[in-house]
Amino acid sequence: MTAIRLQINGAAVADDVPPRLSLADFLRERRNLTGTHLGCEHGVCGACTVLVDGAPARSCLMLAAACDDREIRTIEGFADDAVMQALRRNFHQHHALQCGYCTPAMLITARDLILRRRAGSEREIRDGLAGNICRCTGYTNIVTAIAEAAKEFGKEPANA
Amino acid sequence: MKAPAVEYVRPRSLADAVALLAQHRNEARMIAGGQSLLAMMNLRVASPGLLIDISRLPELCSVFDDADAVTIGACVTHAAIEDGQIADPSRGLMPRVAATLAYRAIRNRGTIGGSLALSDPAAEWPAVLTALDAVVVVRGPSGRRSLRCAEFTTGIFETKLAADEIIESVRIPKLSAGGRWGYRKLSRKSGEFASALAVVVVDRARGHSRVVLGAANGAPLVLDHTSQLLANGAQDLRSAVAADLARAAERHFDEFQHNLHTVAAMQAMQQVLQ
Repeated sequence: MTAIRLQINGAAVADDVPPRLSLADFLRERRNLTGTHLGCEHGVCGACTVLVDGAPARSCLMLAAACDDREIRTIEGFADDAVMQALRRNFHQHHALQCGYCTPAMLITARDLILRRRAGSEREIRDGLAGNICRCTGYTNIVTAIAEAAKEFGKEPANA
Repeated sequence: MKAPAVEYVRPRSLADAVALLAQHRNEARMIAGGQSLLAMMNLRVASPGLLIDISRLPELCSVFDDADAVTIGACVTHAAIEDGQIADPSRGLMPRVAATLAYRAIRNRGTIGGSLALSDPAAEWPAVLTALDAVVVVRGPSGRRSLRCAEFTTGIFETKLAADEIIESVRIPKLSAGGRWGYRKLSRKSGEFASALAVVVVDRARGHSRVVLGAANGAPLVLDHTSQLLANGAQDLRSAVAADLARAAERHFDEFQHNLHTVAAMQAMQQVLQ
């Protein structure tokens, strides 16, 4: 067992974890944060993407034991985030989800693209989404929703 | 699947990490970003007994920018290189390469040293650092040693790194003001591993010219004849590439791979000649 202390969605958490436990399983099984989904468990599908110290990361390719002192943000932790609100509204309006399995990670990835100013064209958005697979193949509406959300933040710095 | 049972330790210094590795050399693996190792563990193709987490060691996260080279710590991430957070010795080549490497979520954690240590034949850094004539600095129980990148990777997932050594940094000579580069990665989808990868660096002021192929069924393949022709002013480079590929018979390229490598090499050289 490895003792860890970390922040999850702004709250301090302490736990003892077996070293082989992935961050994804830690979040889902121990913290009941089931918005983080697991698809392939080897870094290809992107469904488990969360923010680690503010940057997107595959939670299936991180050990919970290695997250001591880190800040984790999952899809449950964006209630007050302006960019995420715009994305959610546009995903709703443009019917950008079907089964919803890929959606939490699509939103987290899209938010990062907007904040890093990498959502300025369809090409850019599709490139940036290459690591998030939608098995319903609903990419057209997902890309549209992200493009529309990005427009709302124009040239001004989007606040994180 | 889930990773097999493993022990985990996070040493506080590089010296401690080297000592731990010496003690557990048969069962231990270094973990930095873990973006390949944890995938391999989840797939149960790797099952180390002990993971030594070196990802936050200050010695491995630092960057030194001196007059003629930049020394990049092994645990510097692809994203830091992509974003220009560190000094760039390559006049834009390395940030460009980093941006094409897997996906942003992977780049945020994956490290340049990890990529070299694993030396996946389709990986970008072994080929790119060979083209830039970089030197890999490794640390073991008896101290430091340096290996030229062109000799570091010896085959498919094979390197000269000894079982008790850790990659400390990569020292990359700076391209001079007139230095040019070309880079072409062919893959079926953005961020996938390359089907073909060509890197070209020409720095006449330093008398350096190198055309290197990645995803080449082995270690990065230096096209010697082509590199020389390119340095002397380009003529009939396509025949030169064909001759170099013919000489590399041990790579067993099929016709499709042969064509992909040729296209990648020609397009990368075109960028230098423009």
